[in-house]
Amino acid sequence: MQIGMLYSRIRRDEKLLLAELRERGHDVTKIDVRKQRFGLEDPPADFEGLDLVVDRCLATSRSRYVTRFADHYDVPVVNHPETAAVCADKARNSLVLAEAGVPTPATEVAFTKESALEAIESFGYPCVLKPVVGSWGRLMAKIDSRNAAEAILEHKETLGHYEHKVFYVQEFVEKPGRDIRVLATDGEPVAAMARSSDHWLTNAAKGAETEHIEVDDQMRELVETASEAVGGGLLGVDLMETGDSYTVHEVNHTVEFKALDEVAEVDVPGTVVDWLEARATAGLREAPV
Amino acid sequence: MAECIECGADVTLHDDLEVGEIVDCATCGAELEVLAVDPVELDAAPELEEDWGE
Repeated sequence: MQIGMLYSRIRRDEKLLLAELRERGHDVTKIDVRKQRFGLEDPPADFEGLDLVVDRCLATSRSRYVTRFADHYDVPVVNHPETAAVCADKARNSLVLAEAGVPTPATEVAFTKESALEAIESFGYPCVLKPVVGSWGRLMAKIDSRNAAEAILEHKETLGHYEHKVFYVQEFVEKPGRDIRVLATDGEPVAAMARSSDHWLTNAAKGAETEHIEVDDQMRELVETASEAVGGGLLGVDLMETGDSYTVHEVNHTVEFKALDEVAEVDVPGTVVDWLEARATAGLREAPV
Repeated sequence: MAECIECGADVTLHDDLEVGEIVDCATCGAELEVLAVDPVELDAAPELEEDWGE
């Protein structure tokens, strides 16, 4: 098959995928999106003959647009642009999870520092302020006091890009020192890991320790529903344990899996490529959410 | 082996080097982007952007 990979940086995740695809004899075209131009009629030459294109863009803004253009050119793309658009935006992510009945942390969005402060005070301390677009735990604030809230809000309003004036305020979930990442293909778990840290942020990118964890029935059901809520695809579903249940805080659409591959009992890139092959064969494109 | 464009030291490279990959210079710590593999060509890697991630 002819598989395209959209990228601007080749991480270890992309190397794992490239190695697996090439080992299986697929013709892989690496497409550096920084060098492309996307018009309204014909696709860039590098898109010619592709059975499937996989979006692995590091930059969320590029990911949102290139998937939209690929879809416009009728090239099957993983993930679907609507999935990318929903997952790229934490507010939209929260909305679709809530609409699907998936337990997700209580969240409010406000547009001024005054209304954001009201939201923060209504949650009480600590609570969490997140950028609506962002990853790897960057620019996340656990707010412990009104003084801190006022300072952070003023900084964001004064210094921030306009998206930082969309204040995404969330309850602080008392998790047991870890959260859970489930890698899934169209809602079917591939593997899962727990990410543990003494810090309140437990992102692998922040240096959290990772270990394999079994996917239980409840987790499986939540992952399936959360995946469907964002339009399906190759996803990283993040959950926190809340006593005898879970809450899903977000779904990631250009999911990194190198840390998971190190602890998983299955061949993660192999399983992902199995699924990509099936998608390319079917030539399917997910219906918009 | 290639030369670091920041400090001139030799940079050790893996056999499975890919265009688009980032390698670190062990001498000065610079992040270097692989622009070509045959022959190897390195340049300073782009700075972290706010919307990078997964």
